[in-house]
Amino acid sequence: MTSFRIDGGTLIDRHDVRRFTFNGEVLSGFGGDTVASSLLANGKQLVGRSFKYHRPRGILTAGAAEPNALLTIGRDGRRDPNTRATMAELFDGLEARSQNCWPNVNFDIGAANGLLGPLLGAGFYYKTFMWPAAFWEKVYEPLIRKAAGLGRASYDPDPGYYEKCWAHCDLLVIGAGPAGLAAALTAGRAGARVIIADEGAQLGGGLIAEGSSIGSKPADAVLGDLVGELHALPNVEIKKRTTVFAAYDDQVFGAVERVQKHLPEHEINPHRAMERLWRIVARQVVLATGAEERPIVFGGNDRPGVMMAGAMRTYLNAYGVAPGKRVALFANNSQAYQTALDLEARGIEVAAIIDPRTCPNIDYDGKARLIAGAMVRDTSGRRAIKSITVRHDDGSDEVIAVDALGVSGGYSPIVHLACHRGGKPVWSDAHVGFMPPENTDGMTSCGAVAGKTGIAACFADGGTAAVKALAELGVMSEAASLPGVEQAEEKADPIQPIWRVASSKGKAFVDYQNDVAASDIMLAMREGYDHVELAKRYTTNGMATDQGKTSNVNAIGILAENKGVSPGEIGTTTFRPFYTPVSFGALVGASKGMDFQPVRKSPLHGWAARNGAKFVETGPWYRSSWFPKDGETFWRDSVDREVNTVRTKVGICDVSTLGKIEIFGADAAEYLNRVYCNAFLKLPVGKARYGIMLREDGFVYDDGTTSCLGENHYFMTTTTALAAGVLTHLEFCAQVLWPELDVRMASATDQWAQMAIAGPKSRDVLSKIIDDDISNEAFPFLAAREVSMFGGRLKGRLFRISFSGELAYEIAVPAGYGESVADAIMAVGEEFGIAPYGTEALGVMRIEKGHVTHAEINGTVTPADLGMGKMVSVNKDDFIGRVMNLREGLVDPSRPSLVGIMPKSPSDKFATGSHILNPGDDVSLANDQGYVTSMCHSPTLGHAIGLALVKNGPSRVGEEVVIWNGLAGTTVTGILCNPAFVDPENEKLHA
Amino acid sequence: MSSLVKCPHCGLRPREEFTIRGEVATPRPSAGADEATWFDHVYLRDNPRGEHREYWHHSSGCRRWLVLTRNTLTHETSDVVDASTLKTEGAQ
Ligand SMILES: [Zn+2]
Repeated sequence: MTSFRIDGGTLIDRHDVRRFTFNGEVLSGFGGDTVASSLLANGKQLVGRSFKYHRPRGILTAGAAEPNALLTIGRDGRRDPNTRATMAELFDGLEARSQNCWPNVNFDIGAANGLLGPLLGAGFYYKTFMWPAAFWEKVYEPLIRKAAGLGRASYDPDPGYYEKCWAHCDLLVIGAGPAGLAAALTAGRAGARVIIADEGAQLGGGLIAEGSSIGSKPADAVLGDLVGELHALPNVEIKKRTTVFAAYDDQVFGAVERVQKHLPEHEINPHRAMERLWRIVARQVVLATGAEERPIVFGGNDRPGVMMAGAMRTYLNAYGVAPGKRVALFANNSQAYQTALDLEARGIEVAAIIDPRTCPNIDYDGKARLIAGAMVRDTSGRRAIKSITVRHDDGSDEVIAVDALGVSGGYSPIVHLACHRGGKPVWSDAHVGFMPPENTDGMTSCGAVAGKTGIAACFADGGTAAVKALAELGVMSEAASLPGVEQAEEKADPIQPIWRVASSKGKAFVDYQNDVAASDIMLAMREGYDHVELAKRYTTNGMATDQGKTSNVNAIGILAENKGVSPGEIGTTTFRPFYTPVSFGALVGASKGMDFQPVRKSPLHGWAARNGAKFVETGPWYRSSWFPKDGETFWRDSVDREVNTVRTKVGICDVSTLGKIEIFGADAAEYLNRVYCNAFLKLPVGKARYGIMLREDGFVYDDGTTSCLGENHYFMTTTTALAAGVLTHLEFCAQVLWPELDVRMASATDQWAQMAIAGPKSRDVLSKIIDDDISNEAFPFLAAREVSMFGGRLKGRLFRISFSGELAYEIAVPAGYGESVADAIMAVGEEFGIAPYGTEALGVMRIEKGHVTHAEINGTVTPADLGMGKMVSVNKDDFIGRVMNLREGLVDPSRPSLVGIMPKSPSDKFATGSHILNPGDDVSLANDQGYVTSMCHSPTLGHAIGLALVKNGPSRVGEEVVIWNGLAGTTVTGILCNPAFVDPENEKLHA
Repeated sequence: MSSLVKCPHCGLRPREEFTIRGEVATPRPSAGADEATWFDHVYLRDNPRGEHREYWHHSSGCRRWLVLTRNTLTHETSDVVDASTLKTEGAQ
């Protein structure tokens, strides 16, 4: 293998030899290399296959716009597909693989797609969709999926840690080329808080590739001085390897910092982020993102060895890599001539410079043959370029043998971030490119993105931009100057736009990554898709991961040329974040695995765990669902026992997850009266009341109990699921609807440990720890008040309410006392046979009692549908939902309403969600009578029971129906019944 | 959509701290208003191209309800006030 490494290279350290593999082959490079520069140094021009035609492709650029050299780097959980070789820094032990080729990059079967080229043209996907659907699914899609596509993501979890951060600054400088550096230095010296971000591993941008000297100093020494001063300024934060990928509203910028992606595995600090996602709030912004060199669209322009002229210069000067041994250049502008001079200075033969301009006005004094008024129309070579065919202005062709071709079709300012907030770039005939929009609030463009050329001009422009931006903040500053450098005189040397070489032989590519050729864009135009947004989607030009950085302007130029208008009239497609791809890891940050969402634990969690609870996730909560005892192997063994214990003795259940809201104020009673549909105005101190909250549209929102604990002091409980929603709703009512009411509220969910003590022996148990008289007379059903406990050592809140239907209490104590109180209750309850019970037993008992939850309160039911129509006040003037609850459709008596249901044969079972049909009707939703909302096995009754919403339900008690499980395809005969299966007369509650 | 919101109580805070309820509808009708008026209040919303008034709740901040006036075209937020002022100052 011939080495293309030559002398020089400002970025590389030749003492730091790094080994890596490319498609399994062991190669070496140096510290400071990118994967791309080390591949080129090793003579690897062919690095991948193209997306659609599987054509051999090489390295086109030396930066972020790279469309071809996408590699999969790393392995297992650290495998990153679609990594641009031009941006990936080389480290020792790096593993890189080509993508989109099989069996290998040198011999790829998919290349036969090239022969099918005529069938895969513009609109191919749309046209193919027209064929029979079965054909698409069985034949085309599997084939296309196998043949096309980019790298594959790893199935292994990424072991790396990622994080998100905020940053704030006076001035954000985006890009650290000469313009950005001058801006940062100007603002830094003036004392402003500056952040300067650059996507490269080193600051410098265009300065890095500058081989010659600046004034009397070598370019790299000038760069070293600039960076040194910036580092010394405490008010300047330098962010290397940081891509600002988006401009959002209110001057917030998204950026991703690749912190440790460039390190070998053994050097990665596991406590440090691999990548950081930054949101940067900047008072002012200087945009110094530079300009992208454009390829030229000519036949065979995708052959490995064809490279941007500027990239050649970067590889030569920064990495000490020769692009070839005999090089030609094809350029319509004078900047490319600097590449020729630099190549020749390093002893590389420049065979020819092909310039389509007939009389280029240039200062070139090198040895290369200048062919003016000519174009390259074709290239040859199987896996890399061997020769080019030049079409002279007299129409004759000449073949020139070369092993590399540098191309430059002009420069496209990198305007993306100036356009993310909706601004449209402006076409400039002088610059032959789209310039940043004129009005970009808070953002000043400078340097190459603003159309400046040359180090000195960019440096001066950066300083001026910073002065202007700081003036907006009222800060006076002086533009930093570059000592000893005179700005070169502007020469009349216009670039000549060239959108497509008309005499091209073979495919002339516009979008390398999506394999879109000039002929595809012409076809799209012929078929009527000549609007820039339509042409983009019809041809897929600019839709690949590079988002058309090297192709969009050429595509627009071709459209314009063919319509005979200016590219400005065609306009660009919309610029949207992200500028370059951002890893999912960075976007997810720390929110994965156990950190996906916070875990909420009840204050009684430890008590439940000690008692053997099985936990179930309910939103962020972990609730105890049942408490298996020795010998119980099946969950229902435990649940049935727990239910029987409560129904015959006594049980204790953690209900701390219910939402708890403290409500205060002189108008609190009036306020509650308006948010509940039932009456609350006259709730006396020491009493609890069940309440139903409606939405303004008249449907039930939530239910719960509210207790009056003192004058102007209420304590509301909500369901676990809607705790946050109810508080938000209450705040809306208090702040927006009735700000004139004196009422305040706060969530107290986490402040109280609350437990239900239920069962015929519950009073006996509580009497052992509560000092106050809690006899039926002293503390009747729905009593609610503060009680003294443990001989006055603790105060708690006691409520005589019941979800199970048994004699029951809920006791709330400050959260920190929760576990000890629960332990004490277990201890004094032992003689009564107390047992803990979980949410499963609670669920069974509420169905047995016919109590509703959000399985029934599903957003489509009214109080009347739930059998509670009489609760809705007819005396109150106003409450939330009053008017809409009386709408015609909501008072229809045939609405699905709550009813109990059980199987006719006690051994039959049925499932929640089953539909109810009339006997004899066809099994079809057309005959639907309603559906089962909840069901369980009732240990008390010894068979399955359920609740259902059925048309005219309550009036059909006793009717035989069909319970149809459409998913399982089964039917069971059922009987509609009273939903209160246990104690319908409420005798137990009042015992 | 605003990235930063100037809460009148807390100052400039990130959008992630807020919950958006939707357009400020017609004022809540009186209990005696007819069904059509109520229907408008509960269901009918504009979807303007331009200035739009919305309820934003500073749910991870001061927990006050705010009325935010923003331009759906330019994303410019021109005004943020405490929502109670709609009624107390008659700023409908
Ligand atoms: Zn606030």
